[in-house]
Amino acid sequence: MLSKYRTYISILIKVNTVSGFDKVVTSYAQALEGLEDNMTVVAGGFGLCGIPENLIKEIKRKGTKGLTIASNNAGVDGAGLGLLLQDKQIKKMIASYVGENALFEKQMMSGELEVELTPQGTLAEKMRAGGAGIPAFYTATGYGTPVGEGKEVREFNGRHYILEEAIVGDFSIAKAWKADRYGNLIFRKTARNFNPMAITAGKISVVEVEEIVEVGELDPDEIHLPGIYVNRLILGTFEKTIEQRTVRSA
Amino acid sequence: MALTREQLAQRVAQEFQDGFYVNLGIGIPTLAANFIPQGMQVMLQSENGLLGMGQFPTEEEVDADLINAGKQTVTMVKGASLFSSAESFAMIRGGHVDLTVLGAFEVDCQGNIASYMIPGKLIKGMGGAMDLVAGADNIIVTMTHASKTGESKLLSECTLPLTGKGCIKRVLTDLALMDIEDGKFILRERAPGVSVEEIKRLTSGALVVPEHVPEMIF
Repeated sequence: MLSKYRTYISILIKVNTVSGFDKVVTSYAQALEGLEDNMTVVAGGFGLCGIPENLIKEIKRKGTKGLTIASNNAGVDGAGLGLLLQDKQIKKMIASYVGENALFEKQMMSGELEVELTPQGTLAEKMRAGGAGIPAFYTATGYGTPVGEGKEVREFNGRHYILEEAIVGDFSIAKAWKADRYGNLIFRKTARNFNPMAITAGKISVVEVEEIVEVGELDPDEIHLPGIYVNRLILGTFEKTIEQRTVRSA
Repeated sequence: MALTREQLAQRVAQEFQDGFYVNLGIGIPTLAANFIPQGMQVMLQSENGLLGMGQFPTEEEVDADLINAGKQTVTMVKGASLFSSAESFAMIRGGHVDLTVLGAFEVDCQGNIASYMIPGKLIKGMGGAMDLVAGADNIIVTMTHASKTGESKLLSECTLPLTGKGCIKRVLTDLALMDIEDGKFILRERAPGVSVEEIKRLTSGALVVPEHVPEMIF
């Protein structure tokens, strides 16, 4: 317990001692410093698109265990969050869709892995709410289904809604396309997906990007997510695995 | 004759209107994009954060950062826009999408839909289906009318875990187009060459057959 407390203090010092608003860290070990067993991690990405692939690999390298991970998907066998299943690092998965992953299925069936299936829009909103200081919200999604079981139901204007609670992570891991050193972010195409909300929902948010530019180089009007939400920023190189390569003939 | 996949997609496309924003589920609904009538503008919404989804890319155009909700590589049409998943579902939940088309395992005459889980079998998750059925007012469910062994999938009460409760008003099967009103299926159209008797036999939920049930026209 004391050691955990110390870690939190050191994380705070760490974040506060980065010079001014400069969020850039230079190693993945530094990027995930303070991530410990049994923590909750909120992750960006949709399928393998826009996933923080190097941060996931760093969690695998660190060997952090007992993690609760909130992410739309759980990767595939051998890629994305699927990597963390190999050494059983995930205790609980909060996701909307977990197909495409044999190891996941096996661990779920054997009871080693707890799964909380959450509708995609509800998951996005849980993260958004978590980052926006809203503890819970009502939604019609899932009313009268297994998702609504045990949840408060309220009627507004003749329709039924269930109460869904926000998600806040100890850490969030995400990927953006371009950033300035202050952590102002621009995403690219559909790689944006869950990333902006995931970033806001982490007590410590870590973002990896393809390019970091100097402050002042990004047009403030074009910034998708302001740097206030970003604690640590790291430059990465990405494999960008494609799950379903569908093409037409030219 | 039961409708082919292409005919199902074609019939779905007949529901499109000029200026519609449409979300198409994976499978037959997606095929409907191939049958958008000439001269009509329809904008496809992909719930992973794209409005204005185009066709598949050429080999040169493939971009790992541009996929649809089925994780397939796609392109964007002119006038497309990109946004986060929260924004995407705000559109869906907020009722801004004009038409949603998705598949199902079962639908019942109370408007309930089961489409995401068969207990005891592989559990994959609901993805965005629960949000789509709860958020949209105008939904078409496309499905086969009965199982391969002839058991009806149009029931008086769904047997599988629900995706949504009381939210379905229109179902297109390989045999018929039906509306759901006041706890009953209403037979609106039948597939060419399929008799009312056959549809009656394969519909286990309450069914109302109007005096005149036209064949679908393609």
